[in-house]
Amino acid sequence: MSSVSSTKSDPSIKVDVRGLDFYYGGHHALKSINLSLLSKKVTSFIGPSGCGKSTLLRILNRMYDLYPGQRAEGEVLLDGENILDPAIDLNALRARVGMVFQKPTPFPMSIYDNIAFGIKLYENLPRAELDVRVEEALRGAALWNEVKDKLQMSGLGLSGGQQQRLCIARSVAVQPDIILFDEPCSALDPISTAKIEELIEELETQYTIAIVTHNMQQAVRVSDYTAFMYLGELVEFGKTDDVFNTPKEKRTLDYITGRFG
Amino acid sequence: MSSLYESRRQTNVIATMLAWGAALFGLSWLLLILGSLIYEGVRGLSLDVFTQTTPPPGSVGGLLNAIAGSLVMTVIGVLIGAPLGMLAGTYLAEYGRFTKLATVVRFINDILLSAPSIVIGLFVYEVMVHPMGHFSAISGAVALALLVVPVVLRTTEDMLLLVPGSMREAASALGAPRAMVISKVAYRAARAGLVTGVLLAIARVSGETAPLLFTALNNQFWSSDLNAPMASLPVVIFQFALSPYKDWQQLAWTGALLITITVLTLSIVARTFSAGRRK
Repeated sequence: MSSVSSTKSDPSIKVDVRGLDFYYGGHHALKSINLSLLSKKVTSFIGPSGCGKSTLLRILNRMYDLYPGQRAEGEVLLDGENILDPAIDLNALRARVGMVFQKPTPFPMSIYDNIAFGIKLYENLPRAELDVRVEEALRGAALWNEVKDKLQMSGLGLSGGQQQRLCIARSVAVQPDIILFDEPCSALDPISTAKIEELIEELETQYTIAIVTHNMQQAVRVSDYTAFMYLGELVEFGKTDDVFNTPKEKRTLDYITGRFG
Repeated sequence: MSSLYESRRQTNVIATMLAWGAALFGLSWLLLILGSLIYEGVRGLSLDVFTQTTPPPGSVGGLLNAIAGSLVMTVIGVLIGAPLGMLAGTYLAEYGRFTKLATVVRFINDILLSAPSIVIGLFVYEVMVHPMGHFSAISGAVALALLVVPVVLRTTEDMLLLVPGSMREAASALGAPRAMVISKVAYRAARAGLVTGVLLAIARVSGETAPLLFTALNNQFWSSDLNAPMASLPVVIFQFALSPYKDWQQLAWTGALLITITVLTLSIVARTFSAGRRK
């Protein structure tokens, strides 16, 4: 729809969401959302269950396309290119926009093959180089030291927290620009959660990150920007410090102080 | 209060006894059948059974041509039927999951699954044997393939539906195209179930008689010609068991024992596979 040149306003804007509406069949799940994800920053999405934060996240890599009856209207510009364009190559898009899910989803194969799976989709590397890339990815997800001696073991044999870091490593291995986290710690214990949060802060130096979370302390700890959503609307969006310390909207204040939600 | 408890206790005792009785009744017939099969069948077991072809009445012989025929036709039938069933099952569970066509295919497959096998035999007779002008092993294999398809289709669909959607989403999120998500991730996650489905299909067709009677018929001699009639264990059992000759009847018992052992082994292997999946 829009040409790349006319929308290259601010180079630090990685994703620009403009007038986005989303429908699950007849259900209007997102209502004219406008916001930007800044390059190499962490943006968190908070709000009560069903407010549309996961829906918004799943638009950014067009995950909703897997299911019939779901459609988005408006524009989502990734580096100036509208990813809602039906002509866009979904696999190429998803190579640039990685995703980590609520429940760890290791594939039923070895730890090594879990990582190599994504790499092999895009590159035909000799074994030695593949080994290097797998190691890099596992180091990047702070998992290397725990698994380096059992790379041929099934990924399903790891603990929940390790599985989640394996999934992060898998995303990192593809070398995306953006990583989406959909409640990545909700199935993990506090120690594993702390490790993932630490990891997110390291990843921030290289990737643009969006994270959906129910844990407001987590949003405060890991994110630079926070979006508060309620009933499909974006109520407030700004620097995390501002949103939590001096919210402009009463609904935001009520939510972060635990008066509802 | 205590009388209510007492009557409940009595009901429980009666229900338990009825359940035990029904189980014993059913099991005793099964054991009787198995017992007489083993008793009668083992007596005829000898090396001749595996090295000699079916004899004329009154002379020494074995079941070699029938065993070989069963193997050949089952293998070809599974080679044709299993890939078809798997691809169709993959369509139902993956590509066509939300479509009308899938509902129709699933319904028709259920009919095919419960169709009497003699109907399949008649059908293949009409479309293959009749135009070709003679009975043939290949038409027997096709009839068996038609029995394999619905079984494999059903298990493939069921097993793929058990693979969590999050696994597919995770693979798609890496940018894997649909075919890769299915072949590298979904198939692998469902592998044990898929193998089980094929093994059960083999078990199902290895005892089929009716479809072979109309297609491969029988052959008293050794034959490896797919374009000619071919012997098979079920048909030989059918023919020999109904004959008045003692030695033929003995071979029928032995053949029945061989099929039963094969099916039993396949079932045990299939169970081991699906038990391994749950770990």
